[in-house]
Amino acid sequence: MRFLRAIRRNGKATTGAILLAVFVLLAMFPGLFAHKDPNAEIYPRNLGPSAQHLFGTTGLGQDLYAQAVYGTRQVLVIAFAAGLFTTLIAAAVGVAAAYLGGTWDGTLNLLTDVLLVIPLFPLLIVIAAYVHNSGTVVLIAVLTFTGWSYTARQLRSQALSLRNRDFLAAAKARGERAIYIIAVEILPTMSSLLVAAFLTNALYAVLFASSLQFVGLGDPNANSWGTMLYWAQNNEALQAGYYLQALVPGAAIALLGAAFALLNYAFDEITNPALRPVRGRQRTRRLAGLSRA
Amino acid sequence: MTELLRADNLTRHFKIGGTLSRRTLHAVDDVSFSIGEREIVALAGESGSGKSTVARLLARLYKPTGGQVLFEGKPISAIRSRRDKLRYSGQVPMVFQDPFSSTNPVFRVSHGVLRVLKLHRPELSARERQAEAQRVFEVVGLGADMLQRYPHELSGGQRQRVGFAQALATKPKLILADEPVSMLDVSIRIGLLNLMTKLRDSEGVSILYITHDIASARYVADRLIVMYAGQIAEVGPIEDVLAGPKHPYTQLLLSAVPDPKAPPPSAAALAAAVGERGEPPKVIDPVPGCRFLPRCPVSTDICGKVTPELRVLTATREIAGAAAAAGEVAVATDEATREVACHVAQSGVDVKAFS
Amino acid sequence: MLEVSGLTVEYATQNGTVRAVDDVSFTVGRGEFLGIVGESGCGKSTLLFGIAQLLSPPARITAGSVTFAGKNLVAMTDKQLAAIRWRNLSVVMQSAMNALNPVKSVGAQFADALRAHGVSSRKPIVARSAEVLRMVGIDPVHLKSYPHQLSGGMRQRAMIAMALLFTPDLVIMDEPTSALDVVAQRSLMVQIKELQRELGFAIIFVTHDMSLVSHFSDNLLVMYAGQIAEIGGTRQIFASPLHPYSRGLLEAFPGIRGPKVPLKGIPGAPPDLSVIPNGCRFLPRCPLKKDECAITQPALVERDGVAVRCLLYVPESLGAAQ
Repeated sequence: MRFLRAIRRNGKATTGAILLAVFVLLAMFPGLFAHKDPNAEIYPRNLGPSAQHLFGTTGLGQDLYAQAVYGTRQVLVIAFAAGLFTTLIAAAVGVAAAYLGGTWDGTLNLLTDVLLVIPLFPLLIVIAAYVHNSGTVVLIAVLTFTGWSYTARQLRSQALSLRNRDFLAAAKARGERAIYIIAVEILPTMSSLLVAAFLTNALYAVLFASSLQFVGLGDPNANSWGTMLYWAQNNEALQAGYYLQALVPGAAIALLGAAFALLNYAFDEITNPALRPVRGRQRTRRLAGLSRA
Repeated sequence: MTELLRADNLTRHFKIGGTLSRRTLHAVDDVSFSIGEREIVALAGESGSGKSTVARLLARLYKPTGGQVLFEGKPISAIRSRRDKLRYSGQVPMVFQDPFSSTNPVFRVSHGVLRVLKLHRPELSARERQAEAQRVFEVVGLGADMLQRYPHELSGGQRQRVGFAQALATKPKLILADEPVSMLDVSIRIGLLNLMTKLRDSEGVSILYITHDIASARYVADRLIVMYAGQIAEVGPIEDVLAGPKHPYTQLLLSAVPDPKAPPPSAAALAAAVGERGEPPKVIDPVPGCRFLPRCPVSTDICGKVTPELRVLTATREIAGAAAAAGEVAVATDEATREVACHVAQSGVDVKAFS
Repeated sequence: MLEVSGLTVEYATQNGTVRAVDDVSFTVGRGEFLGIVGESGCGKSTLLFGIAQLLSPPARITAGSVTFAGKNLVAMTDKQLAAIRWRNLSVVMQSAMNALNPVKSVGAQFADALRAHGVSSRKPIVARSAEVLRMVGIDPVHLKSYPHQLSGGMRQRAMIAMALLFTPDLVIMDEPTSALDVVAQRSLMVQIKELQRELGFAIIFVTHDMSLVSHFSDNLLVMYAGQIAEIGGTRQIFASPLHPYSRGLLEAFPGIRGPKVPLKGIPGAPPDLSVIPNGCRFLPRCPLKKDECAITQPALVERDGVAVRCLLYVPESLGAAQ
């Protein structure tokens, strides 16, 4: 498919893809990579890195490496789920607003704008604090609810520029219903933008989820990088000199975020041909055709 | 000839400016014409003349601000139910101008035709749909193997043929062709123009051919409607109109068409042409009076006060009558009606505005 | 004044190298009007960009020279080119809406051009801008207008006015009338011809519409698949076109006057230039083809003052020519 080719062609995207693949493997088969129980508080506390404990141990006596590996799953689940749902809702709202126009556009826009204006992070904190059950599902729901508006705006702009394409008028003229046109005619032509939006939203989900957990609004007993940071903070790890307790989850978050961001380069390329690498490989036959009015 | 479609005083205005402005753009004003069975009618005019808006009004993409359109005797504004809407869009499909944006790049070219068949002829099975898709592709001159291709693999001319195939799939009575060849190379245009005459002759379809190119209109059409600034300037059998245009605008249009086979224009003609720099107006909140007035060299007082109406030229009937009296073949049948919206022409003066 | 010799432009693409312009040579004398005619994909716009040194990667000139006023433009640096651009050679682009800056007034854009070439004080800038606008028939009050406030025809005229700011020796125009209606088109052509008569510059006019240049150009260059198919005096080519493609093109225009005849056009499509065929490039669409056409690439030969690339006119190969 176009996507795979674009990823292979672009060095940054390939790096991102490999990185993401590594994380996915860690998430799916943590037992293969870490042989200790991440929750067992049986080890000596605050150890530095050694042969038995690759990254050392936490203030509670847990193995840091095992925690990092097992924590990948929750983070990825949140990233993919929140990214997916956010993008889906944004697509539905944004494209519908653009295509239907009129009062639909007005109402949906109003809804989008209201959510857009409210500062995201404070809203997240308020909602998360209010909802007492702070499990994964709730986290995903909260992230989705607060995150879709930005992407909706983006997708609406893109759909607006497509609205006057003749094939949409042709679809309407042959009698297709609006829902069909939005789902089958418009959305597929925006596929690269949708994937790019998904990657961006996944990235932000990772960051925000970890931040929420860091301030203690997640389940402190869950296995996640954000909670690792929470406990590191609790333990005053940085002040005491146990740097790895904070660095390891921090670096993991940064690397996963980087993976998503790097992958995004491939999709920028698809949607904007001007960004494609110039050396040698380009579809320039179209340039000749463009000389026609 | 039986009348297929008739427009009576069709009008469409657009509100422009911000929400507080009360300005209206008169895209189409009081347009009346008819299209019969098995005929190709050319609707010619420059951009801003309203011809595309007329097409969209006929396709029910816009609702008229005034007037009505009758299809097979029944007003199309009465079409409410989904079934009737589908039926109408099947009988009066539209072919669009831009071959590069009229097909969805994500799907194969068979997608549009198959969807049309699915929506409009639900009685067909999947296999019958495939067969029918192949049939219409062949009628328009594309091989059946083209069905599996993607739009970017086809040339502009081939994509336009796909557009016609889609229109044909519903066994239409009237195809609305909105500048179907304007964006194609000159050498390819003839192929599609020939296709249109073939559709009229062998498939019995009428076509409303919207264009700004009078020469191609002459090549395919039986009758010509000339539009200017939202109104009809002149109507008639195409050979008659081109041989003897009555409206000054028609004369201007004809004089401006470059004819490579004609001798180069004289220095005098060129000098006259330098002075002619006007362009069709955007008709916003117009006042009464002829809209061609600013560019017309033969205007009279009344042209500035009263908007001319489209009327049958009585002179035609008289000429036809005199010809019959002299034993010559008269052409005064219904189809030979010439109509003109110009005070000067209607007063019987032989207008010679532009050479 | 302008001599293009053996110009070849190539692009690198995923499917290999595309030779968009193949060995094109012609000259343009002082005050001459040359029309370059061809359909989409024939390379005419690329040729134009190649002459004006406006090609961007991955397109590059791989062979030939463009000699203007004695100097080879291909070998020049950007700085040397900048001195020539607009003063001696200017370009009018295809769509004014794309070439004019929509957020600057017309006068501001003229001032930019004037200042870029050394005119710095306000008075001469305003005076010259008003002068060129009057030359193209626009009221100088429009110096303050923005492009979207002008009609299509006026925008194109403004583009032409901008090209004439320094009264260049050569003006290159790329389909300047394609966005205009027929009446505006004719009036613009007449204006251009009139300006040429007055100011004496040479014009290279690229278009896909042959009939447009039929009354205005002195010489005609018909391009097909990156090569010159026929080149010679306009009237002569129109009166008796030699190349089957030129003939086909001329016959593809339904006439307004005269008897109505069924036409055929030129069915088929131009060849894919990433694969250069062995024989003549027009072969698949040619109604007069012979066996030799598939194996021999025809070269340009002279015939009655016109150069044509067709085996029909090479005496040894096909016997008597048509």
